[in-house]
Amino acid sequence: MADEQKPEGSVPPPGSGGEPPKAPQKPAAPAAKPAAAKPAGAAAAGGHAAPPKAPATMAATPWDSPLAHDLKERFPGRVLETSTYLGQNFIVAKPDAVIAVLEYLKLEADFDYLVDITAVDWVKRAERFDLVYILYSFPRNERVRVKTYIPESYKPETAVTVHLGANWLEREVYDMFGIEFAGHPDMRRILLPEEWQGYPLRKDYSIIQQDQTWVRENLEIESGQ
Amino acid sequence: MPDATFLDSTELVLNMGPQHPSTHGVLRVILKLDGEKILGTECVIGYLHRGVEKIAENRTYAQFNPYVDRMDYVAAVSNGLGYCLAVEKILNIEAPPRAQVVRVILTELNRIASHLLWLGTHALDIGAITPVFYCLREREEALKIFEKYCGARLTTHAFRIGGLLYETYDGFEQDIKAFCDWFLPKVDEYEELLTNNRIWVGRLKNVGVLTADECKEYGVTGPVLRAAGVKWDLRKAQPYSGYEKYEFEIPIRQNGDTYDRYLVRMQEMRQSVRIMRQAVDSIPEGPIMGKVGKVIKPAVGEAYVSIEAPKGELGYYIVSDGATQPYRVRVRPPSFVNLQALDRMVRGGLVADVVAVIGTLDIVLGEVDR
Repeated sequence: MADEQKPEGSVPPPGSGGEPPKAPQKPAAPAAKPAAAKPAGAAAAGGHAAPPKAPATMAATPWDSPLAHDLKERFPGRVLETSTYLGQNFIVAKPDAVIAVLEYLKLEADFDYLVDITAVDWVKRAERFDLVYILYSFPRNERVRVKTYIPESYKPETAVTVHLGANWLEREVYDMFGIEFAGHPDMRRILLPEEWQGYPLRKDYSIIQQDQTWVRENLEIESGQ
Repeated sequence: MPDATFLDSTELVLNMGPQHPSTHGVLRVILKLDGEKILGTECVIGYLHRGVEKIAENRTYAQFNPYVDRMDYVAAVSNGLGYCLAVEKILNIEAPPRAQVVRVILTELNRIASHLLWLGTHALDIGAITPVFYCLREREEALKIFEKYCGARLTTHAFRIGGLLYETYDGFEQDIKAFCDWFLPKVDEYEELLTNNRIWVGRLKNVGVLTADECKEYGVTGPVLRAAGVKWDLRKAQPYSGYEKYEFEIPIRQNGDTYDRYLVRMQEMRQSVRIMRQAVDSIPEGPIMGKVGKVIKPAVGEAYVSIEAPKGELGYYIVSDGATQPYRVRVRPPSFVNLQALDRMVRGGLVADVVAVIGTLDIVLGEVDR
């Protein structure tokens, strides 16, 4: 069938075998890294040979609904885009407007359930990260995503003031991407050890890279691979 | 003020886990206590972190499929369903009807298996030794069906993007029907053992209460939310895989305590049997695999798809940059989000209640840590 083993790029899962796993072999050379990026441990970072494209190429269509109109009216110039793709609606807001939008959606539009917060690393883009808030409304039975584009140094405001559940979700985003949330009550790593260096879900963090110093000091082995 | 004596109490910090038997995996909970009363808790998680989301970015869409089984490893079929549906969504295709019905049957069977493991271990934590033997005995029959279907019992990799790899085996329908007939009275048996048991009721009633508003505030879903009186189940709210065709109830309770969560899950097992019975009678003929190319290469875009897993809303947010490997896969894990509410549920309660509440949250650490 279509998804049986594909020989190219079939790599043993990390930590499963004796020999160090190779990075997936994609035909082209690894994408050039931006100057700001830390030198990745292995030459082949990530698996993406093709340079990441800007999300603007997504074939999204404008989302036309009373809510989209309301948002544009309420936040002129701060809600940049209201679109829909594959029947799923999303809003793109300016970074400083996100919390106000979340609050508006919760209080005025019944989007009372924060499903998830996550980020996407577009390493070559000036605004490096997509920050994505997935919302759901119990009364409307409707989902919407709030997206914002932030540069690497930007510290977005925490959403804990609007949804308590944002606490751990933002900690995970911080843990994996190094995005610090301003005003968060407990901005620490959550899944990785607190002393760990580096942010694994950034694109310039290779899949076989790890904090060797931490591994040596805490596990008393040379490498976890 | 008299001098301090040994009768004076001070706050005590107690470390529970990471190897405590009632944490069902490696979860460490730091408890701040005043005598037996809990003043606060802190969860330390991540012991099972394997970087699943990073692995996804370095595999093709199909290669990542078996990895999702290793998150919530007691409900691997649900994980696989969620992932396949998400990739199908971003490809804008649908599995053929026959595949959808078989998927529903196996997913519901897995829900029963997951709830059974929960019930057995939860009862064991509370101090009832017997139910775990019963539950594992019945779960075994469910796992045997998985084994007969796809060769694996736990990490099944039962579904493929676009449909199914395996056709149902001869006698699949009879096996499912026989399981349903045989299993339903067993639920009554468990209830006989537990529901009116004085110790069971005493340990669970009014323990670890989480109200509907608190659930929504924390994003808690699944049986925990339904036990708080919210009639919300993704299978009904936003049906997928043809769930709209089946008649079933969403069991709810009003108090949001540990006892109600127990009752909700017991009812859910009965409802799962109901769905399986309807589905097995309506398996259509036809292909089991949709039109999916050898190379899965979605257009640039993104999609979020979620399903009602045994633990709550399990979502996948997939971003494609047009390559054969996903640019980003985010898993929205119900266990992780639900665990966050632990502090709210046990604060002010007793140490012994922590065991009951962790049990009733039904977390799987493989999914919490990913």
